[in-house]
Formats: sequence, structure tokens, C-alpha cells
Amino acid sequence: MAMSSDRPSEVYFLATCLTDLLYPRVGLAGMELIRRAGVRVIYPKRQSCCGQPAYNSGYRDEALKVARHQLSCFPRNIPVVVPSGSCAGMVSHHWPELFAGKPDEAEAVNMAGRTFELTQFLVDHLDLQLEDLGEPTEIVVHTSCSSRNELGIEERIESLLAQLSNVTVREQARKAECCGFGGTFSIKQPDISGAMVQDKCDALEQTGATRVVSQDCGCLMNIGGALEKQGRTLQPQHIAEFLLERTNVSN
Amino acid sequence: MSATNQSKAFQSRIGEALGNQQAHTNFRSAMNMLMENRLKQFPDQEELLHKRQRADAIRAHALRNLPTLLEKLEQKLVENGIQVHWAENGEEANALIHQLLSQAGARSVVKGKSMVSEEIDLNHYMEERGIKVLESDLGEFILQLAGETPSHIVMPAIHKSKQDIAELIHKHYPEHPYSEDVDTLTQQARQILRDKFCHADAGISGVNFMVAETGTLCLVENEGNGRMSTTVPPIHIAVTGIEKVVESLSDVPPLLELLTKSATGQPITAYFNMITRPRQRGEMDGPQEVHLVLLDNGRSHIRRDEELLDTLRCIRCGSCINHCPVYVQVGGHAYGTVYPGPIGSVLEPMRQGLDKIGALTSACSLCGACGQVCPVQIPLPKLINRLRAEAVTQQVETQGVKGQGSLRKLLEVWTWKGWRLIFGSGLRYRLFKLLATRLRRLTPPKMGGWSRYRTIAKPASRSLDEMAAKAGFDHE
Repeated sequence: MAMSSDRPSEVYFLATCLTDLLYPRVGLAGMELIRRAGVRVIYPKRQSCCGQPAYNSGYRDEALKVARHQLSCFPRNIPVVVPSGSCAGMVSHHWPELFAGKPDEAEAVNMAGRTFELTQFLVDHLDLQLEDLGEPTEIVVHTSCSSRNELGIEERIESLLAQLSNVTVREQARKAECCGFGGTFSIKQPDISGAMVQDKCDALEQTGATRVVSQDCGCLMNIGGALEKQGRTLQPQHIAEFLLERTNVSN
Repeated sequence: MSATNQSKAFQSRIGEALGNQQAHTNFRSAMNMLMENRLKQFPDQEELLHKRQRADAIRAHALRNLPTLLEKLEQKLVENGIQVHWAENGEEANALIHQLLSQAGARSVVKGKSMVSEEIDLNHYMEERGIKVLESDLGEFILQLAGETPSHIVMPAIHKSKQDIAELIHKHYPEHPYSEDVDTLTQQARQILRDKFCHADAGISGVNFMVAETGTLCLVENEGNGRMSTTVPPIHIAVTGIEKVVESLSDVPPLLELLTKSATGQPITAYFNMITRPRQRGEMDGPQEVHLVLLDNGRSHIRRDEELLDTLRCIRCGSCINHCPVYVQVGGHAYGTVYPGPIGSVLEPMRQGLDKIGALTSACSLCGACGQVCPVQIPLPKLINRLRAEAVTQQVETQGVKGQGSLRKLLEVWTWKGWRLIFGSGLRYRLFKLLATRLRRLTPPKMGGWSRYRTIAKPASRSLDEMAAKAGFDHE
């Protein structure tokens, strides 16, 4: 296995509140992928939310207070790995704006610089090598907008999947288009969001794939919820679970 | 309009737009085509980034030096024989233009496509005073027949089908036989307009770039109607925003390239007009008088804020609109403003005030597609986020956007305060998780608009926090 020069010996895992509460198996799978590669994974138990929902709704004071609590949970100068492009983007891109001019700005900027989305970390820092043990399958990938437009890491998920010899990745129409989640956008503009997720589900289903894989639980909750509501068979799954399932000898 | 009313009106326009399946299909296919065409013009992403950075720098430089450049521009234009007029707002601009037209005894005017003329609602102003202004851009001409406003800043009639257009032309000009053939329709419009150009008393146009160094007005167009409107009638009046100035002639090619490629995917438009002076002694054609009306209309106020200033870099290519996943669902009219889509959602609240049209900022999933394609790198998602913050802020300041705090609602304020109490403390959040996971059966089966389109995700029976400890991961 090729070793990256900046391969750390230990990392923090920032679960995100969505994963923690609704999709804990995604978090476990992400942590296991890192642990399996020989890196110690620390789960700070006081951690909660990055502050993004309030920040994107314009409530910056509330966002700052929650972000400040989150910041205090990851004090040591080691990488922070996040199984979500959206929350990783909040910390790495928006915390410096949110904390600008505040007494703890330096700490926030420091954490922003050592925070990575999971697939980004697996590829760039662990150079993760995968052996596919699963049956042949056809999937479609939905890359979160934050991974694509904010972090610019959309090819990391593709490069991990390319290592799996029995997995065929189908391409959907308008691949780069938002699924319509947008956090509080889906609550504030439910009908536009509903029309967007409908179009996304149609495009995904038209590929004939059996599974839609993404690096963000927010997108999966949106797409998966719509697929289920419409009684469609396409199954949503987070990339961490998908990778672990297909490469774990014990499975 | 009160905060509640503007939101209600916006929601009702959205509802109407989403109910129109035909319009959605039209927008979808048009936007698909525009996105593909643009992509073909930029095969090398690295080169594109370099070009965007350059264009950004040119526009940013011009805005930083705006007062100096505008003075220089005026001086050059006057030297060249072009008369310059300044307008603080739309009313002033219209009054100025009306005065110029009245002095010349103009009754019939042809106009090239100009979003600033939409911004000041020029046509209505003149019509109310007995001056007929005919739109000469094909799309605008169609909309004028239909009595509608543009739904896109570059392709104003993009929401119209060819059947709609065939019916409109036949209804208003029955001497032309009904046809749904696009070439025939274009020919018909051409014949109708040719006659008007020849008999118009004045021509009005917009401007894409104004060059301070040389006093040149640049006009980008595809149909030749811009050239006709600015050269055939005896008077040409150009109207544009003060932000359109650039320093030197060499600033124009990099901007022009990105404008046409980003807008329609054309490497260059069919016409590019550079207007420097009126007809000179001994010349056979061109207008005897050329006027430029420079409109502020809130632009100076926007320029004073270091973050909002970025908005003024816009070169009106419409690429952010073409790539917006919300615009493709609701179309341009749902916004209810002159400028729709992402650029409209930042520019219109800045121009009109958050209390008037701040609700537009809610129609954005912050996907960031607009910011990625903007040829002058306007950070549109960041600006939308900023406007959302100003719309609900408690600290109203004199600087910033008009109507600050006007969308602040008590229920929302308390929701976020409650959220902060739970998520801002490790102890309270863990207690909350314990309750949510143990009482997961009590999760409500419906949650407003969310469950109209999706099932509800219930909390897991155990949180990751508990499961991680069990699976032997280190807690800290």
C-alpha cells in the first residue's frame, strides 16, 4: 500500500448531528474504514452540530454559539474527518467567516485547516486501497453540491468506487444538479425543493441502477425519503457503508 | 409591501409557476441547451479559471476607481461629441430621456434590448406621455406584443413556445399569414421591424461596456437591431448603469469573450458595436445626436459596502440563471423582479430593499452552481447568505441593505434560540439524543412541506455516540 507522507496516526471523527441521530451506522462505517487502515479514531462525545442550519438561515449569533461549542470538542492539532461534504464545508470554508474578528478566530481557522470530508481523507491522506469482495452491481452516484462546488472534491468518491472491480457506476442526466435538499431550504421552500427532488429521482432511476450512493446524509435523506414516498425501488446508501460492506472480509 | 405580504405574493407566484408543466419543460430544455453550449466553449477548466480571474480583476479594478473612471469617461465622451446626462434614479432617467425626445419632437422610437430600460420601466413612462417605443430585439418584440415582461435577462421570451409566437404575430399583424415555421416567423418580424427602423424619430439602446480611455460605448447583440436602432434614426439615446465602465480598450476583449461564451455559448456574437461619436461632417450615415444617460439607482449605495460591491461586477451574461436548479423549476416570472435567478436574488433586494423583496433569498438551496460559472466570480451564495442574515438581524445599521431585520419572525427567532440551547451544550444535546432515540416512536408522521414529498426519517434506536463506545472507539 502506498503511504501518503502526511498520513496521521490518529484523527477525530466529527459525526454530524444528522449521522449521530438518524444514521449512526454510516458513522460507524466511516470510523471503521479509517481504523481498519491503522489509524486511531477518536469520537469526542460532547460534539453536536457545526452550526450550518442557523448560519444558512441568517441566524449568525446562534450559529456562532453552537460552532463554538463544537470547536471546543476538537482541541488537539490532529485531522478532523467528517462523513459529509456539507458539514466539512461549513467548518473548513465558513467557520473562518463566522469567527472573523472573534477572540477564538485563530482556533477556528486552525480547525478549518485540518478538517476533511471522509472520501477526501481516505484518498488524499490514507491513499486507501480497496479490494472488492461483493457481487456485481450497478450503482449511480449523487455527489453533494458542497463536495462539488465548495470543496472541489467530487472525483474522490469516483476514484474510490473505480477501485471496486464488480461495481459499475452509471451516469445520470444533469449529474451536477442539486437534489433540492439545501437544509432549511427544503422547509422554507418545500414545493420548489419537492419539484427538484422529483427531477433528481427521475434522473437517477432512469439509469437502471439499483442503488444511489452519496457522501452526504442530507442528500440521501432527501432523495431516499422521496424514493420511499413514491414507492420506488432504488436504494439510497452512504459511501462509507457501501465501501465497508463490499470490502469487509467478515461480511 | 409588508414582509408577510411579499412572502405570500412570492409563494403564490411560485405555486403558479410550479403548476405550469409546459413552462417547466420549456425552461428545462432551453437551460440544458445553454449549459451544454457554454461547456463546449470552455473545454479547459484551468484556462477558464484563469480567464475568470482576469475578468474579475478588470471589473474589480474599474469599480474601485469608479468615480475617477466616470469622470474620465464623461470628459472623453464630451470630447467625442456625445452628450452625457446623470440620473439618480429611474424617475430622473425617464424624465431626462423624455425631455430629449420631446425636444426633438420624437413620436416614434425604436429600442434595442436593454435591461436598464426594463429596470426604469421606460416604455410605460414614454407611452403614458404619447411616445410609442417599439422593442426591436426579437424576443422583446414578442413580449411587447404579448404585454409581458422578460423571464430571462439574455433570452427574454424563453418561456414562449413557437406556437405562442406564431399566434401573437398573426393576431397583431394579420397581413402576415399564420406560420409556425421559425424562419418564416423571423422573416415576418424582420419585415415589420425594418419599416419601423426607417421611420423612427429616435433610437434607444443599452450599453454592455463603456470605455473611459476612449469614450466608447460597446453594444453586444445578435440580430443587427442594435446597430439599426443606434445608426438609422437621427438621435441615439443610450441608457445604462454607472457600473458598466471599464478603464481601457484592452479591458474589453477578455470581458466580451467571457460574456458571449457564458451567455449563449457563442464564441462571438453576430454584431459587436463600438460607438464613439455622432455623425461627422461629410459622413453619409449615423445619428446627428448621441446621448448617454448614466443611471445610479442604488448602485452607489451598493458600492459603499465592501462585500456587496462584488455584485456590481456583473456583466449580465445570465449564466448563473442558466445553471440555477431553482430557476429551471419556477422560471423568471416567479421572482417578480426585472432580474431573476441568483443575480436577481442578490441585486433586487439590494436595489429595492429586503422589506420589499427580501423573500427572494429563500428560493436558493445554496448549491453554489451559480458561483462556479460566474465569469467575474461574484460569490453569489455568500451574498445570498449575507442577505438572509441582514433580513433577520436585530441590529439595524445605517450601512448595508435597506429593510434590515424586516423578515425577522418571532417563531423563527425562538426556534433558533431553542436549537442553540440544545446544540450549544454537550450535556443538553446528549439528553436530547437520549430522548429522541428512546422515544423514536413518537416522531411525528408529518412535518409540514417536507412530508408532502418525502417520508420522515426517524431517529435511530441508539445514537452514534452510544454505538461508537460499544464498538470500541475512543471517546474523548
